[in-house]
Order: sequence, then structure tokens, then C-alpha cells
Amino acid sequence: MFQIVREPIEVAALRDSLVGPEDGAIVIFEGTVRNQSHGRRVRYLEYSAYEAMAKRKLEEIGNQARDQFAIHRIGIIHRLGRLEIGECSVVIAVTSAHRAAAFQACQFAIDAIKQGVPIWKKEVFEDGEIWIEGEA
Amino acid sequence: MSIRVLFFASLADITGIQEATLDAAEFSDIDSILSRFASEHPELRARRSTILFALNSEFARPESKVKDGDEIAFFPPVSGG
Repeated sequence: MFQIVREPIEVAALRDSLVGPEDGAIVIFEGTVRNQSHGRRVRYLEYSAYEAMAKRKLEEIGNQARDQFAIHRIGIIHRLGRLEIGECSVVIAVTSAHRAAAFQACQFAIDAIKQGVPIWKKEVFEDGEIWIEGEA
Repeated sequence: MSIRVLFFASLADITGIQEATLDAAEFSDIDSILSRFASEHPELRARRSTILFALNSEFARPESKVKDGDEIAFFPPVSGG
């Protein structure tokens, strides 16, 4: 499951859609909205994307993860729009027979998202806003 | 005979354009399209070295050829996650 959504991400539903009896591990990474950036207090974030390409790139990352690591399944959901402090912006869930592969694939996937999926975040402060460009 | 051009994030703010349609006959490669917009929006030229390009939803290079029906996107370094 690879999705770009505008509503809160349903982490448990993603987990349930992936996990099976042959799995011995499921690793879930959630990226969340932090309340400060370089010492400035963040009010909220705005995420936007080149949606068609972003969805393709998420699928590509999933395929690469399956090729490179001994995992069973992987799902990635990224949210767009206004996200409040503490809300979840991205979820990666990976299932495998043994934990090491799932941890590694999860790390690979979040790094790949930050490097090569056309999604951007804008940080909104009390006194202004800035687009973040490049890996934070 | 048209090419669809998309701008995202800060580049959409700079140009005031999210989407434009160009006559395919007037452009040979991605760089020629960027130059067309940079002539009206000099700030694009200043940021030229950081701009990323996509051709039909795949990363591309300035010298990538364009043709009728293509979708070109210009955007800054990504910051998702």
C-alpha cells in the first residue's frame, strides 16, 4: 500500500493490511510534526507534493526495499496539507520473518523519501513561514 | 501540440504559476522551457543550480528532449518525511 493522503493516517489499518502469519517482526516508523525548528517555535506545517510522481516514487522505494532486504511486505503513506504539532506526516510499515531486515528496510525507506520523493514542507511560525528545501 | 509545465513549492510562489501550457513546437529541451520562464522571473535564474526537473513524473536533466504531450515539472530540493 503506497498512498498520498490528506486525512489523518490510519496507522493501525496499514499495519493490519500488511501483517501475516509468516511474519516474525513488524517495524513501523512514524514521522511526526515537531514544535520547533532551529530554535524557532513552529505553529504548524504545510505539506505539498507533485502527487503523481510522489506516488510512483513511493512504489519504487517499496520495490527497492523488497529487492534489497529479506522482508515480506512494505507500505508507505505520506500525508499532505496542514499538519498540527504531534500529528503524523509519514508512516512506513515493514514486515519480515526476522527483525533485522525490517529495521534496515524501514531506515532505507525513510532516507529514500527524504532524498528523492517530490514532497515539500513549509514551516509556519508566529511571525512568518519558510519552505524547507533539501533534507532536514 | 502542447507541453504541460508544473511548478511546485517555492518555485510556484516565485513565479505565481502552478501550471502552464506551452506550444510544443517552440521548445526542444527542458532547459529551453526553463529559460522561457526565467526571462520573466529572474529569481528562477538565480536559483538555477538548485532546481530539479521531472519529465513525465521521472527525474530528468536540463538537456532532456521534450515533445508534444509531455509534462515537465520544476521544483526545489525535496523535504518530505
